[in-house]
Amino acid sequence: MKQQLTTLANALGVFAALLVLWQLVLWVFHIPKYMLPSPWAVARAVGARFPSLLSALSITAVESGAGLAASIVVGVIVALFFAQSRWVRRMLYPYTILLQTVPIVAIAPLILMWVGAGTAAVALIAFIISLAPIIANTTQGLVSVEENLVHLFLMHNATRSQLLFKLRLPHAVPSLFVGIRIASGISVIGAITGELYAGSSSVGGGGLGYSILYASSQLQTDYLFALVLAATVLGFSFFFLVMFLEWYFLHRWHESALKMEVE
Amino acid sequence: MIELSGLTKRYGAGQTILESINLTISKGEFVSFIGPSGCGKSTALKLIAGLAVPTSGTISVEGMTPKNAREVISFIFQDATLLPWRTVKQNVGLGLELEGVESNRRKEKTSQLLELVGLQHMSDAYPRELSGGMKMRVSIARALATSPRLLLMDEPFAALDEMSRDRLNEQLLRLRDEQKWTAVFVTHSVAEAVFLSTRIVVLASNPGRIHTMLPIELPLPRTAALRDTPEFEACVMQVSHALRAALVQ
Repeated sequence: MKQQLTTLANALGVFAALLVLWQLVLWVFHIPKYMLPSPWAVARAVGARFPSLLSALSITAVESGAGLAASIVVGVIVALFFAQSRWVRRMLYPYTILLQTVPIVAIAPLILMWVGAGTAAVALIAFIISLAPIIANTTQGLVSVEENLVHLFLMHNATRSQLLFKLRLPHAVPSLFVGIRIASGISVIGAITGELYAGSSSVGGGGLGYSILYASSQLQTDYLFALVLAATVLGFSFFFLVMFLEWYFLHRWHESALKMEVE
Repeated sequence: MIELSGLTKRYGAGQTILESINLTISKGEFVSFIGPSGCGKSTALKLIAGLAVPTSGTISVEGMTPKNAREVISFIFQDATLLPWRTVKQNVGLGLELEGVESNRRKEKTSQLLELVGLQHMSDAYPRELSGGMKMRVSIARALATSPRLLLMDEPFAALDEMSRDRLNEQLLRLRDEQKWTAVFVTHSVAEAVFLSTRIVVLASNPGRIHTMLPIELPLPRTAALRDTPEFEACVMQVSHALRAALVQ
């Protein structure tokens, strides 16, 4: 507990030092505030435009959250299918790599054209970008079961579905969480990128990416900074939520969760 | 109980693991396979369990093919093969659960088996909280929960220190006295084989084949004190001698 407090104090100290440095740079180099606003101006912008900031944040949170949730559901189903045979994996696995390598910026206009601007299009982009790590990690977990455990199940005349749901799937949960951890970060990036293209179908209905675009076109640099701050907060919250869920589901039996407690 | 006739197993083109094994094991016997590494003793066990298919020859277990006989067989692996996400009692109940035994009966059987291996106080623990010896006891309890008539064991105590190994050997014999199953046991340890078995099959390698069969006529039931007797020593000497002869060949 004491150690955690020290860590926290250190982090806050670094943060304070950065703020001081920031303010010093402004004073020494006489940077105009439309290029770099002062920390105080950013804080004021957060305060003054809190409702619109919060609404942009919640829109992006919903879009990336929906995309992530859908990628978990679809990713696990695809992985269960992949686990059925080596042949299926060999044939279809290259396409998941394709999914990972296709530049999201390049297909965003296409999706906009097909789905229309708005929440659904952005969630779809977040979904596409988060899908590959879920599929890859879950498949790995499903197929890397020890041979003797499979033999044990066979000795008790286990059915195919018992093998899948009582052995392979629980065995894959730690790997699934590795995938979710990666996906949670990139789903937020995907949503914000998506919003730059397909942000809003109505005025005031856009998320963080849309608002960033708007603030930069209006040279509201202090608000732009506030939005970036909000995006960071969102990414962090996703990450910690996933960490917590991972700990909650795995700490009783899995080694990686055990290590997390010790650290 | 078990009949192996002309049993041969080859992998790929040339490699012969087992060459025409003929062996009959009757009900109530405790037979150990011992031999140099690569003599196919684990393969023989997998063939009896139906986890591998022979290249030629036949196996019958109580007149059935190995796969059909699985209901009467339990297999204990070299590592404890516990499911880490299940508690001790859920692990013990696994076989019953897979075979569709209803939950009340499962609970009753599970707690009975945990008591038998002396682990009822750990029933809600997870495998990672157990020592190597305890894990193996859970594995044994799980194998016995389905009331097998034939127990196949593939070096189950190889990873344990000698103290826990001896203790588990004694416990295993006690369980056998109570439950009367037939056993086929694979081991590297001569002393272990002598202590447990009513018959030892010494295998030679390249290709794997039966070198000698030695009945162990030490009195039953056996206790820890047996290990200090001259008769036990004599049996160990005899088996070691046969094992050396098999190695030289």
